[in-house]
Amino acid sequence: MVRKLASIATLLAVLTGPGAAAQDDGAQEAVTAFTLDNGMQVVVVEDHRAPVLQHMVWYRAGSADEPVGSSGVAHFLEHLLFKGTDTMEPGELSATVAANGGRDNAFTSYDYTAYFQRVAADRLGLMMKMEADRMVNLRLSESDIETERNVILEERNMRTENNPAALFSEQMNAAQYLNHRYGVPVIGWKHEMETLDLEDALTFYRRYYAPNDAILVVSGDVDPDEVRQLAETYYAAIPANPDLPERLRSQEPPQTAARRLVFSDPRVAQPYVSRSYLAPERDPGDQESAAALYLLSELLGGGQTSFLAERLQFDTQTAVYSGAFYNGMALDNTTFDLVVVPAEDVTLEQAEAELDATLSAFLEKGVDPDQLERIKLQLRAAQIYERDDVAGIANRYGQALATGLTVADVQAWPDLLQAVTGEDILASAKAVLRPETSVTGWLMRDGEADQ
Amino acid sequence: MRALFAGILLIVLALPAVAAVKIQEVVSPGGITAWLVEDHSIPFTALELRFRGGTSLDAPGKRGAVNLMTGLLEEGAGDLDARAYARELESLAAAFSFDSGPDTVSISARFLTENRDKVMDLLHDTIHAPRFDAEAVERVRGQVLSGLRSDANDPDEIAGLAFRAMTYGDHPYGSDGQGTIDSVTALTRDDLLAAQGAVFARDRLYVGAVGDISPQELGALLDALLGDLPATGAPLPGKADVTISGGVTVVPYATPQSVALFGQRGIDRHDPDFFAAYVLNTILGGGSFESRLMSEVREKRGLTYGVYSYLVPRDLASVYMGSVASANDRIGEAVEVIRTEWARLARDGVTAEELDKAKTYLTGAYPLRFDGNERIAGILVGMQMDDLPLDYIETRNDKVNAVTLEDANRVAAELLDPEHLHFVVVGQPEGLETTTN
Repeated sequence: MVRKLASIATLLAVLTGPGAAAQDDGAQEAVTAFTLDNGMQVVVVEDHRAPVLQHMVWYRAGSADEPVGSSGVAHFLEHLLFKGTDTMEPGELSATVAANGGRDNAFTSYDYTAYFQRVAADRLGLMMKMEADRMVNLRLSESDIETERNVILEERNMRTENNPAALFSEQMNAAQYLNHRYGVPVIGWKHEMETLDLEDALTFYRRYYAPNDAILVVSGDVDPDEVRQLAETYYAAIPANPDLPERLRSQEPPQTAARRLVFSDPRVAQPYVSRSYLAPERDPGDQESAAALYLLSELLGGGQTSFLAERLQFDTQTAVYSGAFYNGMALDNTTFDLVVVPAEDVTLEQAEAELDATLSAFLEKGVDPDQLERIKLQLRAAQIYERDDVAGIANRYGQALATGLTVADVQAWPDLLQAVTGEDILASAKAVLRPETSVTGWLMRDGEADQ
Repeated sequence: MRALFAGILLIVLALPAVAAVKIQEVVSPGGITAWLVEDHSIPFTALELRFRGGTSLDAPGKRGAVNLMTGLLEEGAGDLDARAYARELESLAAAFSFDSGPDTVSISARFLTENRDKVMDLLHDTIHAPRFDAEAVERVRGQVLSGLRSDANDPDEIAGLAFRAMTYGDHPYGSDGQGTIDSVTALTRDDLLAAQGAVFARDRLYVGAVGDISPQELGALLDALLGDLPATGAPLPGKADVTISGGVTVVPYATPQSVALFGQRGIDRHDPDFFAAYVLNTILGGGSFESRLMSEVREKRGLTYGVYSYLVPRDLASVYMGSVASANDRIGEAVEVIRTEWARLARDGVTAEELDKAKTYLTGAYPLRFDGNERIAGILVGMQMDDLPLDYIETRNDKVNAVTLEDANRVAAELLDPEHLHFVVVGQPEGLETTTN
């Protein structure tokens, strides 16, 4: 019964780590993959139970690819892509999707920007035609810029400025990354968002929006041959961008000092302790340590029977909520995150001490084989349940390919998870849970005395 | 994300899916009715149980009892304490979720065919023999209180509570179903047992099932799971009087962006004009980028990230609501634009072109609802609770298409009531003060 608190956890999972919420399980899906001559990758996921499809284009360009000084431009451009092109009026794409009974939207993260439509299965060609059009023919005016910049500032107000937990999370992330752009929020720092202009948006657009930087993911009631034929018609006609830059970001130096921060705000009602550690991500052909870390997160803080919950919520009742999170789908180093929401009469200092004592106890005690087996059983079952969610499968492929993984990596992942041993998990815990790569944060009520 | 689709939009019309969905009505040997969509392509079943009444069944002075009781269902049952219960559920690779709202308590279960019997045994104990152990009660009470303290500082929650209190007064709809710090602190184990008895009864049960199960199997399952429920629970409260006058209520709160909820009286789900109202709302603020409110407030003026309107036809009262959020120095203009649009729709109605577009959108989007077994199970229950016929799926788009321009504009004039549209604004809005019409 942690609906309210789970929302805190979700927020942490989304905002503190690069990549979106944890979703790391593969399945034996009906997947077809191929690449167009211009370099555009295509993945088709079939599900013929209902006559609908989802059409997505993912660009390997997210906030971590932004130039210095223009944080938020990847997300700003995402908004601007709904303005006109040489042949479409502003808003016409969404209006056309709606007129065909569909829904459309888009999202931006550290490593990618993606656009999608959900629509009846016989409208794929029309979706491709419009998506291909705005890949290269965007037309923006100064008035688009000013209005839409206000919209993204209101979006930041809603998501971040009005939410002390989100502000706290930004500070945590900024402290975690000494040199990498993952330390800058996806939506952008407010003072830089305020200066974003037409040239910033167009520069980013021209640099990254090209078929050789894009992944097409079509899922639902579709035939792979038909998808290929339509993709050849609409996307293959766009030439590759020969000047597409290599994806090189400033990497983290060795982290050698534990960092601490306290964020106070009068709007905080429920204080909590947050801890993050720099952690390796899933790499192509090299996902074993990430698999171990994922299972570590499940064992430590994946639910009611996890090690943290057992000790902090049941045994000592020092926490009303505890959790651990790891998402390995990132291009560069990600984070392993922990949170403890203390019970009412427990101080943050006590909560943090309990967290550390519990981590030590885990490292000493090792992995409970029964618990590991239950988690693996649930992961196997998840592969069955996920066949009911083809859009989720499509998302997973899009996210994986946009963060440098291959289709083979996605398909190998479930077996890798099953192969992880208790020793692997303990070794990964010892490698990652190191104070010198960590950030510990206290979210507090303003004016509250140091505890 | 370019836009948030507020979860609340989904309650406007919990309507069914595509023609490919074949609904069977199943009556168990013991007389329990369920709607079933058989789909044997994946070896699992989604089962949805809903009990009408929800948190509105809280006894006087026991606000939050149904919510706390619902939260404790997964905290131990029969021979299993909370920890053993959680381990058992994991070992069965099943998922339960329990939720309470103003009109319903819902139980959603997802289970593999191979584990069906064991999972149903566990769910039986969950409903009939929850333990409410003292340790679990205190732990979950702590979680609820923590949530209430957070809500007290959350502008959206503050606005929601102020709007409810203003609209429904002393009726259960007028207060937070989670209770207050004081009422939740005072709840006893006996209160939880009383809430359990008030909620779980045969006379208010609705069942939907989707997946790998036959009608015969479902019938037997329902009798074993629910056959021994008492015939009746606590009486449902009476209808709520909706009292909304025009004007603005400002709730001062130090935060950069003001959050506004606005609303007026609504329209009952069974009103013959409901479809006309539904189509009108799609045009005004129904969640797509094409709506008038999105166009005027966001696309033209950049005053907000999202503005929506939605019909909220509940069992005991109906309102027509909306929401917007803008920086403190811009919320005044957003409110003004919304008022203008509200009045314009009442006065001038919609054009034939707008009506056609909305119909095309609504009818074409219909198959998108068919989105997985669990979602469909929820839709099946919603249809039954709304007293819709088994063949509703085939006729739903006809009902949308049957709305004429004359209907739409007559209903716009009758329903939209700009004089009595009230705004609750939480924040430090510049140029807005509490006023009543």
